[in-house]
Amino acid sequence: MIDVLASILQRVISIPAGIAAAASERVWLPRSVSTFAGDIDFAWDVVFWLSVFFFVLITLITVYFMFRYKRRTPDQEALPAPDHHLPIEIAWSVLPLGIVVVLFWQGFAQYVNMATPPQDTYEIQVSAMKWSWLFTYPNGAVTNELHVPIDTPIELVMTSSDVLHAFFVPEFRVKKDIVPGRYSNLWFEATEAGDYDLMCTEYCGKDHSAMLAKVTVHEPGGFEPWLKEESDYYNKGWSMEEIGEKLYNTRGCKTCHSVDGVNGTGPTFLGLYGIEHALVGGGTAVVDENYVRESILEPQATIVAGYDPVMPTYQGRLSEQDISALIAYLKSLGN
Amino acid sequence: MSTPETKRGGLPHQPPGNTLGKENYLNASRGFLSWALTLDHKRIGLMYLVSILTAFLGGGLAALYVRTELIAPGQTLGDADMYNQAFTLHGAIMVFLFIIPGIPAALGNFVLPLLLGAKDVAFPRLNLASYWLWVCGAIFAVISLATGGVDTGWTFYTPYSSSTTTSVIPIVTGVFILGFSSIFTGLNFIVTTHKLRPKNMGWFNMPLVMWALYSTAIIQVLATPVLAITLLLLIAERAMGIGIFDPALGGDAVLFQHFFWFYSHPAVYIMILPAMGIISELIAVFSRKHIFGYTFIAYSSVAIAIFGFIVWGHHMFTSGQSDLLNMIFAALTFSVSIPSAIKIWNWLATLYKGSISWDTPMLYALSFIILFTIGGLTGLFLGMLAVDVFLHDTYFVVAHFHYVMFGGTVIAFLGGLFYWWPKMTGRMYSETSGRLSAALIFIGFNLTFFIQFILGSQGMPRRYFDYLPRYEFYHQVSTIGAYITALGFMVAAYSLAMSLVRGKLAPANPWGGNSLEWHTTSPPPLHNFEGEPRSDDPYDYGDWKWDDSVEGFVRKDAEATA
Repeated sequence: MIDVLASILQRVISIPAGIAAAASERVWLPRSVSTFAGDIDFAWDVVFWLSVFFFVLITLITVYFMFRYKRRTPDQEALPAPDHHLPIEIAWSVLPLGIVVVLFWQGFAQYVNMATPPQDTYEIQVSAMKWSWLFTYPNGAVTNELHVPIDTPIELVMTSSDVLHAFFVPEFRVKKDIVPGRYSNLWFEATEAGDYDLMCTEYCGKDHSAMLAKVTVHEPGGFEPWLKEESDYYNKGWSMEEIGEKLYNTRGCKTCHSVDGVNGTGPTFLGLYGIEHALVGGGTAVVDENYVRESILEPQATIVAGYDPVMPTYQGRLSEQDISALIAYLKSLGN
Repeated sequence: MSTPETKRGGLPHQPPGNTLGKENYLNASRGFLSWALTLDHKRIGLMYLVSILTAFLGGGLAALYVRTELIAPGQTLGDADMYNQAFTLHGAIMVFLFIIPGIPAALGNFVLPLLLGAKDVAFPRLNLASYWLWVCGAIFAVISLATGGVDTGWTFYTPYSSSTTTSVIPIVTGVFILGFSSIFTGLNFIVTTHKLRPKNMGWFNMPLVMWALYSTAIIQVLATPVLAITLLLLIAERAMGIGIFDPALGGDAVLFQHFFWFYSHPAVYIMILPAMGIISELIAVFSRKHIFGYTFIAYSSVAIAIFGFIVWGHHMFTSGQSDLLNMIFAALTFSVSIPSAIKIWNWLATLYKGSISWDTPMLYALSFIILFTIGGLTGLFLGMLAVDVFLHDTYFVVAHFHYVMFGGTVIAFLGGLFYWWPKMTGRMYSETSGRLSAALIFIGFNLTFFIQFILGSQGMPRRYFDYLPRYEFYHQVSTIGAYITALGFMVAAYSLAMSLVRGKLAPANPWGGNSLEWHTTSPPPLHNFEGEPRSDDPYDYGDWKWDDSVEGFVRKDAEATA
């Protein structure tokens, strides 16, 4: 408790530094790094300045009346004034109607651009799961950080293997829910090389806020070499253990299974191979090749006592070769 | 024979029209059962008030937990599971146990029959049943807490809610029961408004708060059953594995969102309409001036209730629903902004040339105008499709709905509570502490939530236990604002509690209102009125004048005949 209070106090003391840091950045909206981000920012500017105008107007009127007509003595009566005025009331009902039509149109026109991908897009498959991302490129390469070429329209075809997730990159101004059992699509064209944060924005449970990834926008000519390098694990001269470790790091295993002996959402992989587990509902199982294979392909079949049945299936997402590599990696972690 | 000036057992100076120590609804009968089984709308209103304020305290503590956790990135108080349960608890309690029943069932129950000059609501037993259903619902919420809590968020989105291992079924059952509590209140208010108006009170002589409560009641009765059905389907899916919403069972996850928002969007108006009604009363009474544009305000409440039913899809612009649906819902959404704007202009016109009192209820009402303006204007951002796609599920949305629900409804609730407090209890509160509470809450609230607009526009997603370091400063400011707000609530609680202990005795009409509740004593007798009160224009304050000796308003004709 004391250390919590101390840390809170320390945070409070550091606030002036925070003000200075925040003041040096733009206040509203992050940088815009996609072809349509500028249009969306224009729509934002329209509604922003309109809101500032009406907010200032209404606040000034309220505060002015509050002082101008303040009741000085308890028996002070109101000054004579009408209690209705049809032309004025019609005016202030109809004029806002014109304003909101403009706002609707601004929002809709930009939305249509976002919702309609151009003809020749570069397609990347996105698989979202609790709590990691998997990106599959046209040549079969798989990563858990997204890499895209600059100045190229990218189309993401997204699906989820468990619950709702959402794809959001603030700098690109794009967002779309990822729904299990159907595909959702999204496109963007990045205009500046660099690294950006991808965040899950549909609540998905315990590690929702850790379901982050980097989006790397490559300079012209930088994407293809990267993709070639990334593509083939089995022709790089790597051992099966090394391939298994690579899969462990990229396919989402590490989100829940540590290799340092600390149990997370799932049991740690350190020293797991060969031991005997107690299972939910009684009985035990020895962690051998077949058990590991079953746990990957049918994770709900046997649940280790003390854990929740939350793991998604990897059926169709890992090849037999991949599973063998993972087993080799697990064996290398000892028992 | 006793005169009004007689001093009784320790009571301070008793103005005429005050019935403390004499016969009133509070001492008409005694004992636990005389409250638990009462059919008196005033007692049921008070029981509701105490109950929802208890819920508010619970929801508020959960909010402080959430804000404290977020004062720094990483873990501050507990782990991610704790955090997820805390924000779920905060949302569920505030929405279902506090804000939906808040104004109608607590304040509305107390004042609606008084506004009508009636003895009670049309169905007193249904009213009592509504209260006890609320208690049942609250018990289920506690059960769900005791059996491990819930981590789905108050929206119970599938398939997370069909697959999480936490206690979803108890809390969903609780919300199901609370829905019936809400329907009962709504039904009662509809019939009461239709049937119990006095002879000379036409629809357009009703105080505007009644138009608001009436419109609210219509939504409660029409929309809540849809929530009930949806929650039953969710329970069926969880308990029996019937595939409705979970794609793993062959269901459709987005279907749940349609069902849920078909209720929960109109429910937003269940929450805000009664608040707007209270503001219409406060602005007129504390300006001592006839409300401006009565007819427009009255119809705007009905318009909001109707439009509220056809905009639910704007919660789902990124859900993958078709572009055509998105376009239609975006266009319809803007329709709601017009009646809301009409109300604001009419309130400002009412202030013009008024005699504006700075008493506590009015300070809350003026806060409401400014905060609701911000809440409404930021709604325009979210109605614009392309901008909403960017802002959806960020802190911008969190800030927007807190400006409407808290800056709007909670502020109006507090204004109404201070306004009707003398009528309920027969005691005045101290204006000093009352005004201080209004100021602290105004400052604390803006500090907490205005910065969240910036945070959201920078891309910070909502429902995040942890966040990127670049968001830290904004979260710190927000958390400090939350503590100041909490302090404001403590001052408000202190002000009201002290008034019960040593508040001045309230006259019948401390504010100079002319709606019928000010025509009876403070507190009112069991049957509300001696004889049948005569209703006239509720916003014509010409018959009342300030009297220093009673520290309140008295009728001019009463003095003439005395």
